[in-house]
Amino acid sequence: MAETFNEMVDQGHVREAYRNLEKWQNDMPADLRAMKQNEAEALFRRVGITFAVYGEGGDPERLIPFDMFPRVFTASEWRKLDRGIRQRAAALNAFLADVYDQREIVRAGRVPEHLITHNEAFEKAVVGFRPPRNVWSHIVGIDLVRTGPDQFYVLEDNCRTPSGVSYMLQNREIMMRMFPNLFVENRIAPVDNYADTLRKTLASVAPQKCDRDPTVVILTPGQFNSAYYEHSFLADLMGVELVEGQDLFVEGDFCWMRTTEGPKKVDVIYRRIDDAFIDPLCFRPDSMLGVPGLMNVYRSGGVTICSAPGAGVADDKAIYTFVPEMIRFYLGEAPILENVPTWQCAKADECKYVLENLSELVVKEVHGSGGYGMLVGPKADKATIEAFRAKIEERPWNYIAQPTLALSACPTFVEEGVAPRHVDLRPYCLVGEKIELVPGGLTRVALKEGSLVVNSSQGGGVKDTWVLAE
Amino acid sequence: MRLTVNHVTRYSFGAPIARLIQSQRLTPSRCANQQVQSWEVRMEGATRGAAFRDGAGDWTETVTVQGPRDHFEIVVEGTVETQDFAGVLQEHREKVPPSAYLTATDLTRPSQGLRELAGRALEGMGAATPLDRAHALSAMVSDTVQYVPGETDQLTPAAEVLEGGKGVCQDQTHVLITLAQLSGIPARYVTGYLFSAAEEHMSEASHAWAELHVPDLGWVGFDASNRCCPDDRYIRLNSGFDAQDAAPIRGVVSGGGGETLDVRVKIRDADDPAAAQAQQ
Repeated sequence: MAETFNEMVDQGHVREAYRNLEKWQNDMPADLRAMKQNEAEALFRRVGITFAVYGEGGDPERLIPFDMFPRVFTASEWRKLDRGIRQRAAALNAFLADVYDQREIVRAGRVPEHLITHNEAFEKAVVGFRPPRNVWSHIVGIDLVRTGPDQFYVLEDNCRTPSGVSYMLQNREIMMRMFPNLFVENRIAPVDNYADTLRKTLASVAPQKCDRDPTVVILTPGQFNSAYYEHSFLADLMGVELVEGQDLFVEGDFCWMRTTEGPKKVDVIYRRIDDAFIDPLCFRPDSMLGVPGLMNVYRSGGVTICSAPGAGVADDKAIYTFVPEMIRFYLGEAPILENVPTWQCAKADECKYVLENLSELVVKEVHGSGGYGMLVGPKADKATIEAFRAKIEERPWNYIAQPTLALSACPTFVEEGVAPRHVDLRPYCLVGEKIELVPGGLTRVALKEGSLVVNSSQGGGVKDTWVLAE
Repeated sequence: MRLTVNHVTRYSFGAPIARLIQSQRLTPSRCANQQVQSWEVRMEGATRGAAFRDGAGDWTETVTVQGPRDHFEIVVEGTVETQDFAGVLQEHREKVPPSAYLTATDLTRPSQGLRELAGRALEGMGAATPLDRAHALSAMVSDTVQYVPGETDQLTPAAEVLEGGKGVCQDQTHVLITLAQLSGIPARYVTGYLFSAAEEHMSEASHAWAELHVPDLGWVGFDASNRCCPDDRYIRLNSGFDAQDAAPIRGVVSGGGGETLDVRVKIRDADDPAAAQAQQ
């Protein structure tokens, strides 16, 4: 495994991004730090933000630890990320539009058809449908890791309903309250326009039939959902209604919201419920969370659902390998952000390489998730590796392999002071009439020394993420 | 043939309902196999809207009814001119790729028994054409699952149907879909109407069969219940992964309860004066 890249101190020198923070760190006495840390925790508790990031599992009521040491990008570092993320969001949307229309990328022999039509997230119900502006994934969360000054890799794309953006906003809010001077001394690009940009993005994809200022709502599964806090927080910031399935109904060509002044037509639904539960007349008949008939209104152009049902077909592990190909195919551009190099054991020559280098690789099941059925070569003993070798030889097509990445580390407050801890990054790209990206995202940090696991269920925390202005 | 359809669906509610919403696919498919001469779906006191043709080529409409209501009736009436293409679905415009129909659902999930049955049906057929293989699978279903009403319900999966060895057209179709998919042949569930000169088959006038995708031919219908491919006695309505996905009516009722359903389907030969007479 390669050496860890420290984002603050590289070869004994403090890197440009962190220059002002070095003094801030040195000037902060331990007792002040402890006091501030308690204050931050109290603030998080007061706002009630206690939820797990999408798909992480764990106790939804647990407070995710907040680390006060910001993670910083310079303007020029961010420029590349910004272009790369927008490019990726555009390509993923072009892919989804194609998947549900002519499937040109399949005809061109670039993506195997079965990866699309046998994908669990593929929705027959929306084949041939064209959503407004042909946008399918309106909020694209792209998980990135860094391994060097200029080396960024995309770990995963989230095209459905990526969560965690409320942490991005609250982390900033709380840092500004606790350390107002930092925001005077440093020129930090704001993120607080996210909600406004999200509202405009959603309004921009209102159906053609909508002839006035569009009514936007957020559809939540309810207060027992682990991300309910985020749903209500975003509704509040955007100034739109937070609704549950039972608050909406279908009549004629439209979807309506029950209000004290009578039914109000709804034009755009930012749904935070899974495809299967959206409409019992189209998907799971036992769903109580959705709105009966909603998919019919959607498909006849009476309402827009964000993200589009079926958008998940673009964020599958097997499809991930093809995103650079999508960028070349649809945009005619070279990919700005790299994928983690991936060997497909289904291909004989690649499988051979994997079997010869098992002790250095991470091997994953194609359709696995949550770290199950995974081999982390450098951390596995000989017997485990040999057992895994047998599994790969038996069903090669079921496995992919990737190098063990040396995630970058950022200074983090720990018991004994400040120490480097591994981080990742999830920015939130908004796609509507325009592609928008607020400078920043959610930085997750592995608080345990040496740990590469940033998931909150396994001791991960969050940080404010700064992008310095030009 | 020219077939005249009279299809009445009547819901009665013991306690009046507050509201009802349905997604209906009650209009014949657009294809060379059938031309609609007249077609009408009538309902009393219903709001209609949100209508569209989907990627599978089916026409869908949304219907809502405000209560209180103690009954709701849907009358489908029309005449369709049909042609015999030996089961081959002709000039049917659709955008869903056939490979999408290789995916099993809860109702068509394979079991060990179904795997063995598929293997047996195709034994020694390594060199056979895809069409011959499809025929062999359909014949195997006809031989294995006996047509016996009342042995299964709407949610009986193919695996259980096979174990019991009995079922109605829905069950036979599910078994055939599973066998086809296990053999790498895309397969789907089709609903429609079947004209039968003999009175005893009237209960099956509202019918279901399978379509299997055969290279060069496209989608080909197989009716395992009647050991044949759909001809000019059949009217095709719509398709789906299974009976639930292809249901011509899917609905949700709010309030009330005690629903009883009465369905009457009459299909007659529009050019047979005797049959027309008998209808009067």
